[in-house]
Amino acid sequence: MLIEIAKGDFTAALRQYKKTVPFPGIISRICDQPCQDVCKRAEAGDAIAIRNLERACVDIGESSSEKSRPLPKRGGKIAVIGGGVSGLTAAYDLARKGYAVTIIEADSRLGGSLWKVDRDFLPAKTIEDDVNAVIKLGVVIRLNTPINQELHDLRRDFNAIYVAIGAHTVERFDLDQDEYGFVKVDAVTFATSMDGVFAGGGLRWGKEMHSAITSISEGRRAAISIDRYLQKVSLTASRINEGTYPSCLYTNMQGIEPHPVIDANDHQQGYEWNEAIQEAKRCLQCECMECVKACEYLKQFERYPKRYVREIYNNLSIVKGTRHANTFINSCSLCGLCGEICPEHLDMASVNLTARREMVEQNRMPPSAFDFALRDMQFSNSDKFELARNRPGTDMSDTVFFPGCQLSASSPDHVESVYAYLNNHLTDSRVGLMLGCCGAPANWAGQSALFESTLAAWRTQLQAMGNPKVILPCSSCYQVFKNHMPGVEIVSLWEIYDQCGLPAFAGTVEPANCAIAIHDPCTTRYETSIQDSVRRIVQRMGYQIEELPLSRERTECCSYGGLMWLSNRELAHKVIQRRVAASQADYVTYCAMCRDFFASHGKRALHLLDLIYNRDTPGVSEIPGASAQTTDERAARRGPGYSQRHENRARLKRKLLKTIWGEEMDGAQAYESIRLIIADEVRVKLEQRLILTEDIQRVIEYAERTGRRLLNQGTGHTLAYFKPTSVTYWVEYLRQADGFAIYNAYSHRMEVPGSGQLS
Amino acid sequence: MTEQQPAEPPPWMCANCNLPLGLSKVDVGYLGNAFPVDLLKCPNCGLVFIPEDLALGKMADVEKQLEDK
Ligand SMILES: [Zn+2]
Repeated sequence: MLIEIAKGDFTAALRQYKKTVPFPGIISRICDQPCQDVCKRAEAGDAIAIRNLERACVDIGESSSEKSRPLPKRGGKIAVIGGGVSGLTAAYDLARKGYAVTIIEADSRLGGSLWKVDRDFLPAKTIEDDVNAVIKLGVVIRLNTPINQELHDLRRDFNAIYVAIGAHTVERFDLDQDEYGFVKVDAVTFATSMDGVFAGGGLRWGKEMHSAITSISEGRRAAISIDRYLQKVSLTASRINEGTYPSCLYTNMQGIEPHPVIDANDHQQGYEWNEAIQEAKRCLQCECMECVKACEYLKQFERYPKRYVREIYNNLSIVKGTRHANTFINSCSLCGLCGEICPEHLDMASVNLTARREMVEQNRMPPSAFDFALRDMQFSNSDKFELARNRPGTDMSDTVFFPGCQLSASSPDHVESVYAYLNNHLTDSRVGLMLGCCGAPANWAGQSALFESTLAAWRTQLQAMGNPKVILPCSSCYQVFKNHMPGVEIVSLWEIYDQCGLPAFAGTVEPANCAIAIHDPCTTRYETSIQDSVRRIVQRMGYQIEELPLSRERTECCSYGGLMWLSNRELAHKVIQRRVAASQADYVTYCAMCRDFFASHGKRALHLLDLIYNRDTPGVSEIPGASAQTTDERAARRGPGYSQRHENRARLKRKLLKTIWGEEMDGAQAYESIRLIIADEVRVKLEQRLILTEDIQRVIEYAERTGRRLLNQGTGHTLAYFKPTSVTYWVEYLRQADGFAIYNAYSHRMEVPGSGQLS
Repeated sequence: MTEQQPAEPPPWMCANCNLPLGLSKVDVGYLGNAFPVDLLKCPNCGLVFIPEDLALGKMADVEKQLEDK
């Protein structure tokens, strides 16, 4: 309502006001403003002058001639005894629900104690207008009718009774009373000792006009009880937050300038329109937007979390029609920052993850949303990369190193270094190795069945190795193991470095950049011990740590979480940009994806292993495991593209198998031997379009084998299409002596004839 | 024929059958929906031609709409 007034739209404000109160004319004049006691504005100026604003609505706003909607008809006759504010409210609400209501009033007019209010303040016309609104609803009015019979007898003519006589009567009827002689009434339902008889208003409190707003509230709540009573449903179920209740709403008052209340020029007449606008503008619109301020995702969709939750719920129940919330649900990084910030711990991560699972369950998940990441996971858990070996010469493992899919893709050299380190430092432990993807992408994509089967495969594998303790550098893997594989013992690699010491050559030069900012991956949000270990390691190597404004339990996601980077790439860019702008210092992090995403936006960023396995010290480059690049070079390097990530994983497996276990990998597929010649600008395009080298190789292999291709008579280029799984890829190429030159590639998901046999 | 007007079909031919492509109604489908669309197609083997701007424009839009249905 105040938003509309602030905009100067009094008619819209009045419409809003009428939705919340039954008698706008009366209430806007006699409202005793109980809400002023809790108004946050009072902390910076004065509480909002709500009654004056209500009155301005009624006086200035144009009352749209209420369309007389046909009322529903419900069986049930209700007597309301007493035509005061409380009784009128109950009668109004019940009549609008379709019940036949009769008001029985001892006096010669309706309104009760309203008539005792100063006429200048509350003109007779205002009372009459509002009371007429009740009569217009078809409520039967019996004036000058004191109750001369017992309620028991009256009950015979009515299905329910609301006793709302004021405190001025001594009449207590045949109802149970408390020790002070007041009628005993249930505090929630307003039920009395007699079945079907409810009571409220002054009678209950024993004093006159204790508060008009309370009387209205009681009349309204009694009407709810009567309706439920007549519908034969529970009177008490889910009735919290009726009447007044302390709000959980949190409003940050920081930076809010104090402004005093606007005084009406003419107190008698109330606010002029411009005064009302000024006053309404003082309203803070107490919506707690703390999470929205901290989250680019919530900000982007421009709404308030509670509204989001409702929209997600609606989205899931759409049977036919467009599901507008799909993109919203699938764009969340599931990082949990909102839940951490929210004073009420409303966490969009669990809401969105549940929604994704539900969508998959209903077979309504857009295939394009997460498909690419799921195929990446499938690659990692295929023969190309998946591997599990005990240390040579052993048939069991006490510990097993599980580097995860992305560190192996970004920095395969580090995986080798770490495995060597573990074997050297954990001397009393047989250290095995496991390569693959933990299953996190399937979990994020809502693919519960795929996630479960992936976990089951790892469980079986670990059992076969003698249930070793799993050493994890990646915190996403860490969360998967921790939360979904109970019984499997895990330890973070960073805790091992912290406890067992760093390699001798780590951090031995004086760092060029003294201060370095630590970015905690969002999957370590509540892993204080890991965060502490990382800080000790960085300090031990001689760096000064700069803490980012949002770190540790308030850290931000790099956009990899929840697969946001894939499902909403535009938003992901904004998220990364925001994060890299938090400090000028170089970042050090301990998640390969965080590092690569920051670097992709020009931010100098290092993986913690880049610091440990540097080659800055002269002579260190000869030490096995030391990187080929200096720390400075590594901070500036761009991460590998999607095709290269596959390639790096496959090569890592091949190399480790050969160097550590002396095994050769089995033969490759026919398409893998196809040599491609790709110019840089084409490569950029492929990367942007999520087209992998292997996709192109498959198309060419198919086209060259079957002869199914198009020829451009102008350029002599070949164009072919093929659908290996769910996406059809088109490749324009030219066969050359030393391979195939690639000119263009694009893809679509719609199925067209002739796209190959595989599916 | 080399300096094409924009409306002229691109000079792709079926290398399989050595035939020029002709405009024809082709069924394209997605998520259980199917639509007839006018596409260039080999009259003999049925190989079709989907230009880049169609795949990345109209087709991508329709895919998105169907996915949210
Ligand atoms: Zn043909």
